[in-house]
Amino acid sequence: MSAVPISYYLVLSAILFGLGVIAFVFKHNIITIYMAIELMLNAVNLAFVAFARAHKQLDGLVFVFFVIVVAAAESAVGLAIILTIAQNRQSLNVERVNQLKF
Amino acid sequence: MEFIAQHPVLVASLVKIAILMAVLMTILAYLSWFERKIIAHIQSRWGPYYVGAHGLLQPLADGIKFLFKEDLTPPASDKFVYTLAPFLALTLAITTLALIPFGPATVWIFGHETHLVVANVDIGLLFLFAITSLGVYGVALAGWSSNSKYSLLGGLRSSAQMISYEVSLTLSVVGVLLLAGTFNFNELVTSQQGYYLHFIPRWRIVPQFIGFLCYFTSAIAETNRAPFDLPEGEQELVGGFHTEYSSFKFAMFFMAEYANMVTVSCLATILFLGGWLSPFPDRWTAMQYLPAASLLALAVYLAYDTFAQMRGIARIQLAVVTALAAVLGLLCLLPAVMPVIQGPFWFTFKMGLLLFFYVWTRSTLPRLRYDQLMSFGWKLLLPVSLLNLVVTALWIVFPQLVNHG
Amino acid sequence: MSLPFILFFVFAIVAVVGAILLIVAREPIHSALSLIMVMVALAALYLLLGAEFIAAVQIIVYAGAIMVLFVFVIMLLNAGVEERTNWSKIAKYAGLPLGIFLLFELAHWLARSAIGARIANGSEGTNGAVSTRALSEMLFQKYLFPFEATSILILIAILGALVLAKRDE
Repeated sequence: MSAVPISYYLVLSAILFGLGVIAFVFKHNIITIYMAIELMLNAVNLAFVAFARAHKQLDGLVFVFFVIVVAAAESAVGLAIILTIAQNRQSLNVERVNQLKF
Repeated sequence: MEFIAQHPVLVASLVKIAILMAVLMTILAYLSWFERKIIAHIQSRWGPYYVGAHGLLQPLADGIKFLFKEDLTPPASDKFVYTLAPFLALTLAITTLALIPFGPATVWIFGHETHLVVANVDIGLLFLFAITSLGVYGVALAGWSSNSKYSLLGGLRSSAQMISYEVSLTLSVVGVLLLAGTFNFNELVTSQQGYYLHFIPRWRIVPQFIGFLCYFTSAIAETNRAPFDLPEGEQELVGGFHTEYSSFKFAMFFMAEYANMVTVSCLATILFLGGWLSPFPDRWTAMQYLPAASLLALAVYLAYDTFAQMRGIARIQLAVVTALAAVLGLLCLLPAVMPVIQGPFWFTFKMGLLLFFYVWTRSTLPRLRYDQLMSFGWKLLLPVSLLNLVVTALWIVFPQLVNHG
Repeated sequence: MSLPFILFFVFAIVAVVGAILLIVAREPIHSALSLIMVMVALAALYLLLGAEFIAAVQIIVYAGAIMVLFVFVIMLLNAGVEERTNWSKIAKYAGLPLGIFLLFELAHWLARSAIGARIANGSEGTNGAVSTRALSEMLFQKYLFPFEATSILILIAILGALVLAKRDE
């Protein structure tokens, strides 16, 4: 199972992170942008697990555990905020919510 | 033939998967017959009776009906998600059964020695929960993509119910995990050998009775069965998330629900009822003849019933079933088969008992309203499971506390 | 081409295709489904790396709870088709190529880095799977304080979501 060099996993993590950045910058539905954030977090998790395997230490896995848990908490609050914004502005286009006050 | 010699594990796994799928599809089909017969007899009527002898060909007739019905697709719906949802539900429901061990014996497939489990994963229980937690998608996506109010409401309610009861489902199992100390299914079963007081089997239901009750109630709610089936009750929401589905896709939801029932019953059997362990001590070797004896007794009863049938074709069908039961019973007497069949026999017996409970509660208890359902799950089952967990943990750690303090 | 290589490439391609579908999809529900595909492929890659518990936690929590939340919100808000807005000239002709360039640069330097060369063959004698017992020992002894702190964080998140979602009555 360790015949695949660790650098392959790191390259995959970088590709996913880059695709997440592109999605974050170029989409304009709030929920899709939020999903791009989750994609970036997942790419980072993959890098953590690859490094934990490479150095044979478990600290990376514990960190991945915490990242997943914190992402869960963050998405709960973030989606609640998105729901409130959508009810107030009646639109999910992020270019329409670019003012703090109406 | 060199392929078989070079890849023994792969070929053995493929054979086991083929056998499992064949047995599972038969069980799913005849589970609907089982359910209809038992509900009917509880309600003082007969149930399916005419299609085959004792209605035994009813599932076949239902299958043919599902295949030949017109496959409607509602307009303006998301076609990809609409087709994906039943496939997802059925696939996830069947995949979980690859993890479950059916017996301790080793069999030889093409010269390769394997156990009676398709995949013996070290964290089998955790993966089973992972796959069941993905099962919410089938329901939610089905409700949304049908593009109809009833389906959307039914889908949302049903998936909200499933994720609520998933929490208490997993928490009520943690008590068993604390006592056993492993996630592996084989070790979970073998740690239940032995007896309390020399005659009560050391099955986990004895120390974890409250955990079993919480688990089974959460399981009934998780699989959307009565009395928790408001999202798909016919009188309420015209069928809930599978209103707009017809023919084979509806049959797939149907089969997915039964497969979920079977999975949850298998899990309860392994965790609480001792899996493939027999309740009789190993000294009573006469109990090894129990599978053969029960099948032959069934054959004798069916032979008597054959003569009591009034229609000729029913007599022929019942004679075939009698012959089948007799052949299987005699097969269980072979010395090559007898040690192998013990585990699966007890496993199937306990699983059948739990499925009978499922059908019994469906036909007896009235339906819970949705807010009652959700408050029952969050306000009663979750605190009780947490209390069970805390008490079990305290009970395990107590000797150390007493020694130190 | 041994089996680990084939498995790695299959799951890596599934993950990248899922990420590209996330960008390209017109409806948010398709983006959500492709993100679920990415997460399941990543869980399979964690299994290849020997982290069984993390793979199971990824599916249970990330793909089975967080993404369900996303799907619920998309269904409730009935998030429709992505509108086509006018991109500025800078965004179209300089932004997208720069984004892709960032991606390839990261990948290139990671592939060529000293770390990559040094640990390129992190081989182990055994199966290499991390046992849950070892992970939980570390979680409950060395990282006990972060564990408790995250549980309080989740409690705060639940309270926050409740307060935000409550209608003013």
